[in-house]
Amino acid sequence: MRKLQAVMGIALGLILFSQALALPAFAQDGGPTDDDVNVIARELYCPVCENIPLDVCPTQACEQWRATIREKLVLGWSDEQIKDYFVDQYGPRVLAEPPAEGFNALVYILPPVLFAIGAYFLFRAVRPWRVEPPTPKDVSKESDDPYIAQLEKELRQRDE
Amino acid sequence: MVANIGYYALIITFLASLYGAGAAAYGALKRKPDFVESGRYAMLLTGPLLTVASAAIIWLLTTGHYEISYVASVTSNSMPTYLKVTALWGGQEGSLVFWAWLMAAFTSAASLRKWDRDREMLPWFIMVTMITLAFFVSLTVFFENPFARLWLSADGQQVTAMLQPAGAVPLNPPDGRGLNPLLRHPGMIIHPPALYLGFVAYVIPYGFAMAALITRRSDDRWIRITRRWTLVAWIFLSLGLILGGRWAYDVLGWGGYWGWDPVEIAALLPWLAGTAFLHSVMVQEKKGMLKHWNMVLIILTYALVLFGTFLSRSGVLSSVHAFAKSAIGPMFFIFIGVTFLVSLSLLINRWEMLKGENFLKSMFSREALFLLNNFLFMGILVVCFWGVIFPLISELITGQKITVGPPFYERANGPLGLGLLILMAIAPLSAYASSTWKTIGRALWKPALVTLLVPIALFVGEIRNPIALAGYTAAALVAFVTLYEFWRGAMARHRRHGENLPLALWRMAGRNPRRYGGYVIHLGVVLMAFGIIGIEIYQTETQASLSRGEQVTLGRYVMTYDDISVFDTNDGRNVARAVVSVYKDGKLVDELYPRKDYYYDSQQAVTIPGTRSMLADDFYVILVGLDPDSRTDATFKIYHNPLVNLIWIGGGVFSLGTIIAVWVSRGRKRASKTSTASGISQA
Repeated sequence: MRKLQAVMGIALGLILFSQALALPAFAQDGGPTDDDVNVIARELYCPVCENIPLDVCPTQACEQWRATIREKLVLGWSDEQIKDYFVDQYGPRVLAEPPAEGFNALVYILPPVLFAIGAYFLFRAVRPWRVEPPTPKDVSKESDDPYIAQLEKELRQRDE
Repeated sequence: MVANIGYYALIITFLASLYGAGAAAYGALKRKPDFVESGRYAMLLTGPLLTVASAAIIWLLTTGHYEISYVASVTSNSMPTYLKVTALWGGQEGSLVFWAWLMAAFTSAASLRKWDRDREMLPWFIMVTMITLAFFVSLTVFFENPFARLWLSADGQQVTAMLQPAGAVPLNPPDGRGLNPLLRHPGMIIHPPALYLGFVAYVIPYGFAMAALITRRSDDRWIRITRRWTLVAWIFLSLGLILGGRWAYDVLGWGGYWGWDPVEIAALLPWLAGTAFLHSVMVQEKKGMLKHWNMVLIILTYALVLFGTFLSRSGVLSSVHAFAKSAIGPMFFIFIGVTFLVSLSLLINRWEMLKGENFLKSMFSREALFLLNNFLFMGILVVCFWGVIFPLISELITGQKITVGPPFYERANGPLGLGLLILMAIAPLSAYASSTWKTIGRALWKPALVTLLVPIALFVGEIRNPIALAGYTAAALVAFVTLYEFWRGAMARHRRHGENLPLALWRMAGRNPRRYGGYVIHLGVVLMAFGIIGIEIYQTETQASLSRGEQVTLGRYVMTYDDISVFDTNDGRNVARAVVSVYKDGKLVDELYPRKDYYYDSQQAVTIPGTRSMLADDFYVILVGLDPDSRTDATFKIYHNPLVNLIWIGGGVFSLGTIIAVWVSRGRKRASKTSTASGISQA
C-alpha cells in the first residue's frame, strides 16, 4: 500500500511539474507586433554586435534593423524574403548559421566525419581487447608473499 | 614608487621562474640535488613576489592613481571599493598578473608536498610549471605592463610607458574611464576567480604527467598524486561556468544564461576534456588501462586551458567577453603550439612504455562504459572547438566572415548530451571487468520501471515535445538509478550493522567518498538537465510598448506597467527604473523594478531585469527602452522561464558532490595513513 502511495505521489508530482511547463502562446491582433519582428530578429546577427542576436541587442543600429524588419512585414514580405534581404545587404554572417554551401559546408561535414572516424577507432581499439586473453599481470592481483601483499595493499590504501 | 615596486616584483618573478625551471632541469640531468632544491626555492619565491605585484596593483586601483594607464582604464572615482579591487581581473594586464599569481600559489602549494617516493619527478614538475609561469609573467613584463604610466608627449599625444619618454611630461587624469558596466556586478567577485582557479589548477596534473613521461614512470602514481588537484581544478572550472551563467542571466538582459558565445565555449572546452579525464583516470587506477589516453587527455586539457585564456585575452574573437584586445595573440599562439607539440612528441616517444596492463573483457564493463563516456565528451568537444574556430578559418580562406551560432551547437550537442545522460544511468550499475548486459539489466529494471511513469505522466500533462520527453525520461532514469544505489547501500548497512538510515548513508559515503560524491554530482546534473530542458524548450516571451496603466499578458501572467522614474545616482549612473505589477491567474503576486542604468564614465548602458523567481519558473522583465517623446511610455520584453532555478540549485548540489569527493577523501586519507603506519609496524 505504501509503495502504491509512493508511486501515486511521484505520478501526481510529475503531472504538476508538467503543468509548470505548459503555457499557451501569447497572440496579438493587428499588424506586425514586436513579437512578429522578434521572431525574425532572433535568427539574425548584426555585423557590429557579433554573437548577440538581433532581438535582444540594445544598440541603436540593431534597433534600426528591427525597424527595417517591421517595414518589410508591413509590405507583406515573408520571413525568408526578409532574411535574404539582409544577407544580400550584409553577407551571410548575419545568419545564425552559414548556408551549407561551398567552403562553409565544411562546418557541418567535419564533426560527423570525425565522429564516425572516432567511432571506427574506438571499435578497432576495443575489439582486440575482447578477443585477446588477459595478460598475467593484473594490478589488482596480490603477491604470494603475505608481507609484500600487505605492504602493497596498505601503500595503495594510503594513495587513495 | 608603488608602481615601481610592483614592476620590479614582476621582473624578479620572471627571472626566478626561468631560473627555477633551468636549475631544476640541470639538477636532474647532472644528478645535483642542490640545484633541484634551489629551483624549488625559486618556485616558492614566485608566490610572495606575485603577491607583492598584485597588492601593488590593488593599492593603485583603490587609491585612484590614474597616472597608471591600467588604473585609468578600469576604475573611476564613482566605483565602490569592492569593484575597484575586482578590477584587478577586470582588464587585460591585471588579469594576466592575477592568473600568474594564482598559478604561483597553486604550484608552490603542490611543491610543498612530501616527495619521498616521487623525488625523481620533482625537478621536472618544477620545470614544466615554471616555464608556464614564466610565459605568463613575460606577457606582463614585456607586452601588457599593468604599471605603465600615462605621459603627454611633446607633440601633445597621450602615450603609455613605464619610463618617461624624452620630452614627455607626466599625465595625471582626475578620473578614470571605469570598469566595463557589464562587469560591475557582485558576480564579478567570484566568477572570474573561479574560472581562473580552475584553469591554473589543471597545470598541476599536467606538470606531474609530463614529469612521469620524462622520468619514464609507467605506473599510475602521477594520477594518484594529482587526484585531488584534478578535482579542485574541475570544481572551480564548473563553478566558474555556472556562476558565469548566473551573471549572464542577471546582467546581460537577454533572458538566458548561455549564448554559445565563443568565450563561453572557450571555458567549456577544458571542462569537457577535464571531465573526460576525471572519468578515464579511474580506469587506469583500477585496471591499469587507458594510459595513453589519459596522457592525451591531460595534454589536451592543458592546451585548451591556454587556448581558452588566449581566446579571452587576445581579442582574436569579437564577443561580449572580448573587452580586452592586444598584441599578445601571436605569443600565445606560439606557446600553445610549442607546448602541445613537445608534449605529444614526448608521449609518442614513451608510447611503448605505457601499454595497458589489462584487457577489456566486456562491452558492458565499467571501463568500456567510461570509454564510451569519453567518446561522447570528445564528440561535444569537437563540435564546440570546430564551431569556435571555423569562422576564423572561413575568414582566412574565403575572406568572408560568418556566424556559427546557437542552432549549430544545440543541434549537434543535444543527442550527445542525451547519450551522456543514458550512460550516467547505466555506468553506476556496472562493475569493472565483469559486467554483462544481463547483470546490468538485473540491477536496472526496478528504477527503469519507475522511470516509465515519467513520460506517461508528462504525456498526460500535455508535454508532447519528443526532445523534452526523451530528455526528462533519461534524466529521471539517472535520478532513480542513483537514488536506488543510495538506498541499496544504506539498507545493506542497516541490515548488517543495525544503523539508522541517515547514519548508514553517512558512513557509506565516508567509506567510498569518491563514488558517492560522484553520485551526488550526477544528481546535480539531473537537476540542471531538468532546468536546461525547461528553459530551452518551454521558454515563452513577448514584447510590448505600454503607457502607464496598460498591461500585457503572457500565458497565465498579466503585467501592468505602473510607473517610471528617471534619476541620477551618486556613483555616476543615470537610472530609468520602471515599476510593474505582476498578476498570476488574476491574483497580484509581485511588484518588480526592471531598470536601465546608463554609466556616464564609460558611456554604456546596462539592462537589469526585474525577476520574480520561484522554484517552478521565473517571470523575467526587461525594460527595453523609453519613448523619447513622452518619456513615460516604455517598451518591455517579458520572459517566462520554466524550471530555470533548477540550474542554479543543481549547480549547488553538483558542488556539494565534489566537496564530498575531495574533502571526505582527504579525511579518509589521513585516517588511512594512520592505519597504514600501524599496519606496517604490526607486520
